[in-house]
Amino acid sequence: MKLKSKVTSHLFLSLFSLLMLYPVIWWVGASLKKTEELSLPTIWPKTPMWENYSKGWHFSSEYTFAHFFGNSLLMELGNVFGGVLTAAIVAYGFGRLSFKLRGFWFSILLLTMMLPGQVTIVPQYILFNKLGLVDSYVPLVLPHFFGGGAFFIFLLVQFIRGIPRDLDEAAKIDGASVYSIFLRIIFPLIKPALMTVAIFTFIWSWDDFFAQVLYISSVEKFTVGLALRMFIDQFDIQWGQLLAMSLLSVLPSMLIFLFAQKHFVEGIATTGLKG
Amino acid sequence: MKRMVAETKTTAEAEKTRRAVRKRAKTGDTHLAGYIFISPWLIGFLLLTLWPIAQSFYLSFTDYSLLEDPVWVGTENYVNIFTNDSTFTKSLGVTFLFVLFSVPLKLFFSLLVAMALNQKLKGMNLYRTAIYFPSLIGGSIAVAALWRNMFGLDGYINQVLAWFGIQGVGWISNPDTSLGTLILLNTWQFGSTMVIFLAGLKQIPQELYESAAVDGAAKIRRFISITLPMLSPVMFFNLILGVIGSFQTFTSAFIITKGGPVNSTYVYALYLYEKAFKHYQMGYASALAWILLAIVALLTIVNFAASRYWVFYESEGGGTK
Repeated sequence: MKLKSKVTSHLFLSLFSLLMLYPVIWWVGASLKKTEELSLPTIWPKTPMWENYSKGWHFSSEYTFAHFFGNSLLMELGNVFGGVLTAAIVAYGFGRLSFKLRGFWFSILLLTMMLPGQVTIVPQYILFNKLGLVDSYVPLVLPHFFGGGAFFIFLLVQFIRGIPRDLDEAAKIDGASVYSIFLRIIFPLIKPALMTVAIFTFIWSWDDFFAQVLYISSVEKFTVGLALRMFIDQFDIQWGQLLAMSLLSVLPSMLIFLFAQKHFVEGIATTGLKG
Repeated sequence: MKRMVAETKTTAEAEKTRRAVRKRAKTGDTHLAGYIFISPWLIGFLLLTLWPIAQSFYLSFTDYSLLEDPVWVGTENYVNIFTNDSTFTKSLGVTFLFVLFSVPLKLFFSLLVAMALNQKLKGMNLYRTAIYFPSLIGGSIAVAALWRNMFGLDGYINQVLAWFGIQGVGWISNPDTSLGTLILLNTWQFGSTMVIFLAGLKQIPQELYESAAVDGAAKIRRFISITLPMLSPVMFFNLILGVIGSFQTFTSAFIITKGGPVNSTYVYALYLYEKAFKHYQMGYASALAWILLAIVALLTIVNFAASRYWVFYESEGGGTK
């Protein structure tokens, strides 16, 4: 009976995995097809059109995709750095220090997770517009320097609460200040959780199309996502080339996911919901 | 004996100093330090959340195009939205339909898959990676492009259907099916919901199942009387965030269907976006935003109120069961 249920599980899981990945598999094949071949039910083209990739790479007369990838990575550098650094600092405050109204502010923090972004987007846009920062990366990057987002702070607070207090106490007796406890004890210990924050920040802001389409308007500053949109909005879409570039655009997230897979799923599974 | 007493004494003293240190640390300077540490978030909250909320409320009573100063119009925006705006009614209806289907579908699939993944089997990591993968890239514009191609009239989906002798339609260009394709895309990305379910499942004490098995409870019975109640807080969490998230769905409608055909996928967030950043009616868009906030808040309150009847918290005398 045990064996039978194991076989059933394997069967179900492999079929389901295949179903989930099927569009992605088709995508790889389609990115190498001629336009005429796209409407055929085959997965793999007769002769792979590698030039879909080279032509797609140069689809814009002004810039290559290297330029757009560079822009996206530049933005990501700021996002990940700001998010990881400030989320750790804020989470230490909420997780370890006691101060007046801590409970109040923490509930506010949790409430902001439920706030629809549409309510703040118009005034935020007006603010950045008045400061002359529209069509720059500041509106995209700056918010990450304010604690990196409520969800990450919450995640790290949960993680910090799981660290035995004895370590802090011992350091306190030795005369360490809260700042050096943070730097020397807590920060090194939460590195695995910070890894999760870094990965999620990268992948989510890579996909955060709304903010990008809102704030960036000149082609020179386009991210990969915006470049793809320009591609889609062309009159005569070269689907093979578009699918090839789309596939390349998810490659960074894919690679990070595969290399940090353990952190990714385990990280949220073990730190996220302990409380 | 004497030594033992002495030892207890020293530990007691050490405990005393420790407590004193803890006390000193708790009062005084940590107030300031606490605020210094949370200041990045606090400044961001005041500057990019609280102030915009207040401003958005004010703007919702004005006429404002970014170029000139806001002009106070009282409740005119709201009156217009409720009495004279068929696009509002349409987009709200579309969004409700989207939420109504995509939230339960996502919850159902993610729970089912989480349960299948919550076993000790070889190669589990591989399955987990494969199943999580679409969620990783699902929100991106790249996948929107993929979807638009696959569900087109000549797209892959129809080719497969043709094998079975089924005449497909233009899934995206047909107003009856366009919203369905977006719901399907949304359901395909159930990964984060699933991971949260998985975390919840792992926390259910194994003893509960073992004793139930001893009592001879069947699998379905065990699912209904152990898994579901123990998982209900996680289910609740996923439901709340799922409803809030689905109300804000944007990218897929913006890229794949552009709200069409005949507004069949013109979701609320897309309407709001176009009012604000295409027509530059900032006041009107702010009123739309506040209506969205009111709806989402109301639904969340209803959810919280209803949760008393179905969400089971262990601390509330769970031991008696």
